[in-house]
Amino acid sequence: MFALITDIALTHIAGRGRQTLVSILGVALGVGFSIAMAALMQGSQEEFVTSLIDALPHVDITDEYRDPPRQPADLAFDVAAYSNLRPREDTRGILNATEAMTALRAFIKGNAVASLKVQAVARAGGAETGISLTGTDPVREALISSFDEDMRKGKLSDLRASPFGIVIGDKLAAKLTVDIGDTIVVSSTGDITRRFKVTGLFHTGVVAQDNAFGLVNLKAAQIIAGRPNAVNEIRVRLNDAQSARDVATQIERLIGYKSVSWQEANESLLEAFFIRNIIMFTVVGAILLVAGFGIFNIVSIITHEKSRDIAILKSLGFAERDVRLIFLSEGLAMGLAGSLLGWALGFGLTKVLASVKFEIAQATEVTHLPVTFDLLHYAIAASFAIIAAATAGYLPARKASKLNPVDIIRGAT
Amino acid sequence: MSGSKSNSIISAHGVTRILPGTVPVTLVKDIDLEIGHGEFVAITGPSGSGKSSLLYLLGLLDVPTEGAVHINDMPTENLDADARAHLRLETLGFVFQFHFLLPEFTTLDNITIPMRRLGRRSRKEMDERARELLEALGMGDQAHKRPDQLSGGQRQRVAVARALANDPPIILADEPTGSLDSKSTEQVFSILKGIVDKEGRTVVAVTHDIDLADRMYRRVHLIDGRIDTDVTARR
Repeated sequence: MFALITDIALTHIAGRGRQTLVSILGVALGVGFSIAMAALMQGSQEEFVTSLIDALPHVDITDEYRDPPRQPADLAFDVAAYSNLRPREDTRGILNATEAMTALRAFIKGNAVASLKVQAVARAGGAETGISLTGTDPVREALISSFDEDMRKGKLSDLRASPFGIVIGDKLAAKLTVDIGDTIVVSSTGDITRRFKVTGLFHTGVVAQDNAFGLVNLKAAQIIAGRPNAVNEIRVRLNDAQSARDVATQIERLIGYKSVSWQEANESLLEAFFIRNIIMFTVVGAILLVAGFGIFNIVSIITHEKSRDIAILKSLGFAERDVRLIFLSEGLAMGLAGSLLGWALGFGLTKVLASVKFEIAQATEVTHLPVTFDLLHYAIAASFAIIAAATAGYLPARKASKLNPVDIIRGAT
Repeated sequence: MSGSKSNSIISAHGVTRILPGTVPVTLVKDIDLEIGHGEFVAITGPSGSGKSSLLYLLGLLDVPTEGAVHINDMPTENLDADARAHLRLETLGFVFQFHFLLPEFTTLDNITIPMRRLGRRSRKEMDERARELLEALGMGDQAHKRPDQLSGGQRQRVAVARALANDPPIILADEPTGSLDSKSTEQVFSILKGIVDKEGRTVVAVTHDIDLADRMYRRVHLIDGRIDTDVTARR
């Protein structure tokens, strides 16, 4: 029976070749462009998130508390008044960092490194600029960040052989007019000054890092900060970056210090991506809705033109359901044909977009548009199109099935 | 409805059909009619007398405002649209004044459509049945032509073949020769008569043609939606 329904439906739409083709093309364009757009959107999102994940620790544990500790008197009394309080010496840092690191290594799947962040001023000759120093273990640093891969001159591990060695961004080196092997003077805010030998230059592509960031040995950072054995940050890199949110919660529960996952740190950005995706799907939906109107139009025309055929089919013994199925099949056939054509178009467009090469002024290498091939895009676009086509076919189909054959036969005779 | 089984294959019991509207129009009124197996019935009457309306009611294409139509003693007033459609498919064959063939399909396809909808024969059996019918109607060589490649008489013969496709016991024809020349009229009439005489089917035909009506075995004459005379001739 279904073969008969299909035969009649296909004969109808073949009888209006040009309009059918226009409707199918409308769906194909909608599906094709939505696939290409989704590939580009997801590609750019994935590239951005990947660079974010590569550039930042997956979990960043700092010497802060999410709920700052209260004054002891507040804990002991209902009401307490304070005056002339003297601040404590700045002894902030992660207490028992070694134990914390041991505890972390026992349950996280990944690597962690303890480090000390210090703000300082770097000088070379007459040039002077602010620098954010991170004292770290170069070997572990290579496991948790991408600095090792971003080295343009020297190696990160060269720091091990040079207790007062420093690795800086290439832009910072240019500002200070130094190169590998040169010496720069670093002064901390506590007026401790040391000479550091430049052992490496990196280029991360992140301007803030390339312009004002340096890596030194942990001991050297503790000396320049005047804080022996202090650590104010533990950075964690997980094998599964997506698990960072759960791991951060577990760490915070375990050691008490504020642990921020990369997702939490970039919440607003991820929200922006979410909103961008909603906008994308809205636009895609609108395109397919317009395509759906095309199908509605053609199926409506066919039902109008074929009202006599509907009457005769009903007189032969076709049920209302059969008539509905015929015209619904016409909408679906156009949706299906449009989707298949749209898949090919979408695939082609995505290929073309992926092959587009361009150069950004600051970048040194040729860049491609980031695109992602994902079967889900094809499935979603086709589902959207087929649902739109089915709806567009169903409305006139329902009307056609309700036609009274007697009225039409009387009209025809 | 009486409990005993009657001899009628199709019957109308007090059937009235009123078209609703600001001024309701009565198409047929209080029709009581019993048509038996193997009858060849002409429904005649002046224009607007309700001939076609009665045929559509007997053929379950329309629903009476009052009264009931029985097919093979089965009341149909409580059947829904789909059940009526199925009964039409199995029991009734329609021939209209205009052939109403599906223009995109070949002669053979047009005849197999009711069989394909019923789904009781294999594709091969359907094709064989369609060819048999075409042969019987003298159109064996026209199987692959489309309706627009046939003459008016040929198209109407194909329409008759389509009506016979599912082997229905009842054929209802609405002015089947109304748009044909005299030669084609005679051909189609002979076919319908043959259906009755040779195959024992029941044919009910609406016609304006008094000569044809006179050659049929029973004549029901309508005036203003009511049966005026119902005369059965001797065969």
